[in-house]
Amino acid sequence: MDLTTLTIAGLHAQLRARAVTARQVVEKHFERIQERNPKLKAYLTLSPERALAQAEAIDRRIQAGDPLPPLAGVPMAIKDVIVTRGVPSTAGSRILENYRPPYDATAVTRLEQAGAVILGKTNCDEFAMGSSTENSAYFPTCNPHDLARVPGGSSGGSAAAVADGLAVAALGSDTGGSIRQPAGFCGVAGLMGTYGRVSRYGLIAFASSLDHIGPLARTVRDVVAVLQVIAGRDPLDSTSADVSVPDYLAALDKPVKGLRLGVPKEYFGAGLDPEVRTKLEKGIERFRKLGCEVRELSLPHTDYAIACYYIIATAEASSNLARYDGVRYAFRAPGAATLEGMYQATRGRGFGAEVKRRIMLGTYALSAGYYEAYYLKAQKVRTLLYQDFVRAFSPDSGEHVDALVTPTSPTPAFKLGEKTADPLQMYLADIYTVTGDLVGVPGISVPCGKSKAGLPIGLQLFTRHFDEARLLQLAHAFEQSGGFTL
Amino acid sequence: MKITRKDVEHVAALANLELTPDEVERMQKQLDSILAYIDKLNELDTATVAPMAQVLAESGPEAAWRHDAPRPGLTRADALAHAPDPQDPFFKVPKVIER
Repeated sequence: MDLTTLTIAGLHAQLRARAVTARQVVEKHFERIQERNPKLKAYLTLSPERALAQAEAIDRRIQAGDPLPPLAGVPMAIKDVIVTRGVPSTAGSRILENYRPPYDATAVTRLEQAGAVILGKTNCDEFAMGSSTENSAYFPTCNPHDLARVPGGSSGGSAAAVADGLAVAALGSDTGGSIRQPAGFCGVAGLMGTYGRVSRYGLIAFASSLDHIGPLARTVRDVVAVLQVIAGRDPLDSTSADVSVPDYLAALDKPVKGLRLGVPKEYFGAGLDPEVRTKLEKGIERFRKLGCEVRELSLPHTDYAIACYYIIATAEASSNLARYDGVRYAFRAPGAATLEGMYQATRGRGFGAEVKRRIMLGTYALSAGYYEAYYLKAQKVRTLLYQDFVRAFSPDSGEHVDALVTPTSPTPAFKLGEKTADPLQMYLADIYTVTGDLVGVPGISVPCGKSKAGLPIGLQLFTRHFDEARLLQLAHAFEQSGGFTL
Repeated sequence: MKITRKDVEHVAALANLELTPDEVERMQKQLDSILAYIDKLNELDTATVAPMAQVLAESGPEAAWRHDAPRPGLTRADALAHAPDPQDPFFKVPKVIER
């Protein structure tokens, strides 16, 4: 069995034919992890006991002739910012090094109820703050297409694991592009649903108005299978949307002929790598051949998205990360004589450089005298960005489109160490992804061929709020037409 | 420089972050360069634009309400099991008030 190309449907055909057991599939994955992970460093922690118990439960159901649940026996990786009961969940941070959460994230509960097998936890930038996985307090993850390059971030471990056959699918989280950008760098599909589509309960908080959980997989159909299970209202997350979840699979094979695709000119300006541009042009041409109407349009405030994002995200982070005080759980710096000294030493030693930088920036932006100039200003610019998207998608606007198509990132994967000295350069790696988080629309990155050096290039699609069905339909049609290998 | 050494120390105190002298110096330079970039937001006239805290707010805040009824939560044992210095039924911390 070739694990690197295995799909959920392929796996289920094998399980149903009893050609292989769920336990064997899981063992094969652990074997491959033992072989490959020392080079790739995609996983932080493995959970073999939990995985094998689940696989055996699935095998018993197959033996009994019970119908298979939708993710039966599917080996999955979970980004380490998503909590798992009893299994270390560090968020890539020293401050949570020994944290074994007393509960599961809702997304994890739903995956296991649907039969998925959790292999372990994947590496990420500390608290999901980064675009390369180099901000992990433990070690950087490497890109399976070139070990000298980053896998992207912050869900770099999940993307690398899926790309290299160390899991069939994975969960990541996306606050400014952290699912889509590593998916693009590693040549897999990665989806961020509408804000509120997937419960955030059990997602270690970074920026609550921007955080999303979403799937990564090697095919759009597998992304759909995972989304179908994790989407929907959760009473434990007050921001999870009470909007019914359609049957995404049913809509997947509908023809895309006649759909209107918008190409925002601001996403194709200076700074876009020529090879990425060429592949994107081919990708757009492919959509034309599939019968889509393509038109250029403008999202005029795009250039302000990164500045807006780095105020809002850091302000929310400075508040969310205040909880790490060394009192109730996680790391406490020893030896402090006073409570305040204990707080300061715990946080000063427990957090890494990027996390401290963002806490500082966010605290500054919220502090007396600067709140209006920075935080309030950024919230107003967020409204302008939102209006750009609403106008593009609104049927009342005359020239409206059904979806937007853009590059996922301005360049293919960069080298390890290339951007670590200059935080602002690292922030700009997210230039095409952050707006999707700020305005809350769903977005997906799918492979769109490779550079001459063999590095994957990502194509990104956006649709209007809660129109994941159309987003996935377009991504699937693109994949079926051979778009992934353009 | 938009941000002084004193600003950095003030903000670090607000955030309860212990920074080494080296970190203070680096933070000053890096925050200064990031804030200079963020200044581009001032190119936009937002005098009549409403701020947005939450994209879902359009679907109405009532969507997020539930009955305020008691439900089982973490047990005391579970809550204390993860503490750096538990002393049942308390979390022990260094001295808060000087004698």
